Amino acid sequence: MLSETCLDPDRLLDRLEADLRDTLRERGLDDPAMIGIHTGGGWIAQRLHQRLGLTDPLGLLDISFYRDDFSQIGMHPEVKPSHLPFRVEGRNIVLIDDVIHTGRTIRAALNEIFDYGRPAHIILGVLIDRDGRQIPLQPDCRGGQLTPGTGQRVNLGGPDPLTLTLTGIPPSS
Amino acid sequence: MIHPPALPHGLQLTADGRLRHFLTVEGLSRELLTRIMDTAESFASVTEQSVKKVPLLRGKTVVNLFFETSTRTRTTFELAAKRLSADVLNINVATSATSKGESLLDTIRNLEAMHVDMFVVRHDESGAAHFIARQVAPHISVINAGDGWHAHPTQAMLDMFTIRRLKQRFEGLKVAIVGDIFHSRVARSDIHALRILGVRDIRVVAPRTLLPTDIATLGVTPYCDLDEGIRDTDVIIMLRLQKERMSGAFIPSLHEYFSRFGLTDSRLVHARPDVIIMHPGPINRGVEIDSAVADGSRSVILQQVSHGIAVRMAVMSMAMQPAITPEKTT
Repeated sequence: MLSETCLDPDRLLDRLEADLRDTLRERGLDDPAMIGIHTGGGWIAQRLHQRLGLTDPLGLLDISFYRDDFSQIGMHPEVKPSHLPFRVEGRNIVLIDDVIHTGRTIRAALNEIFDYGRPAHIILGVLIDRDGRQIPLQPDCRGGQLTPGTGQRVNLGGPDPLTLTLTGIPPSS
Repeated sequence: MIHPPALPHGLQLTADGRLRHFLTVEGLSRELLTRIMDTAESFASVTEQSVKKVPLLRGKTVVNLFFETSTRTRTTFELAAKRLSADVLNINVATSATSKGESLLDTIRNLEAMHVDMFVVRHDESGAAHFIARQVAPHISVINAGDGWHAHPTQAMLDMFTIRRLKQRFEGLKVAIVGDIFHSRVARSDIHALRILGVRDIRVVAPRTLLPTDIATLGVTPYCDLDEGIRDTDVIIMLRLQKERMSGAFIPSLHEYFSRFGLTDSRLVHARPDVIIMHPGPINRGVEIDSAVADGSRSVILQQVSHGIAVRMAVMSMAMQPAITPEKTT
């Protein structure tokens, strides 16, 4: 049996956008390029890219080849090509994902970005910062924070409209 | 045409239908071939990186076990493994005429004792890769890099990948395979792959002596006239005239072969204007293909070579993954 709670992605997106603008200004990071992590992060990044009026086209990463659990669980069956349509070397990068949980996806994404070049700065923005970190990586900007119960998942649906659901799986199942 | 021993169904695939070994495309599903091409598409983007490498097979050891000489195939397998961060061992084994089975098994057992994870096997005997796949320890995958006249499945997949990239479809295509069909494992694997992917009009074009008598049973139409065979085709796959296998009197002379079956610009008027010309290499210029065609605008021969790396990365990583459904962690 599943129990679901709806969250409001538009409000979270507004807060993430405001947080990103503040952070970019405070740190003096001009002309940033944006990268979204496939798939949910790509949907969020598309909206933020438009809202911030960035000049370079949006980059997309599929981190399947950089995951640390290939030898345990194998490859995602629907891996998509990564495409960064700008030079990473020396750039200020805004990396966007939908949810940060264990931190392992972000670690994989950082490794992949550095295989394209050495950026000047990377700041990390996520729609939802949930607990359960397994490695010491924290977002710079967030739409909201969440502490779901054990076994619960945050699911982003999209791309249009964006929906957020918190799916709770009873421990007995 | 050689008929290899029937495959036990479970030899290539795991219980949940994933690749365990890659020995032949025969009998595989359209879905699996499509997944190989989709995965290869993602690996192709790795060449955009300044570090052209992904960490997927870090700590794994791949052995290129070549009992038959090959430069291109071995090199692309080696590059593919290295771009997946695997360690690569290249072993060229001269085929001994006697006690072949026994010495092959000894070689395998010795390499297994060195804790390797994958064998990429090329052998001049049909069924060699299957034989090894039956013998290896459960954690080892075997990729067939060409066995006798039987199969060359990664070549077929890179050919399919090239066709899909340039034609964006398989249904409705007219494809001609031209040349030494009789001795060609590439032809056999390409025919199987094309049929699985939905190509209905497949022609094989060769002198009668280089066409197996039972070729039509594979679902292809034989032609002994080049102009007729390539008429209105979207894709022409040229095969190398395998001179080293020409022990019998298959053709009167190389010169006569070229005049009847060599692909030239003037012959190409019979094909569609947007036809693509493929060749598994190495090419014999002036024997099966004219230099003007091999180097011309419709030739995709060098793209095939690049695609070969991405396709081999896909097959190697798919065969090396554990048989468990992945779940995303964020």
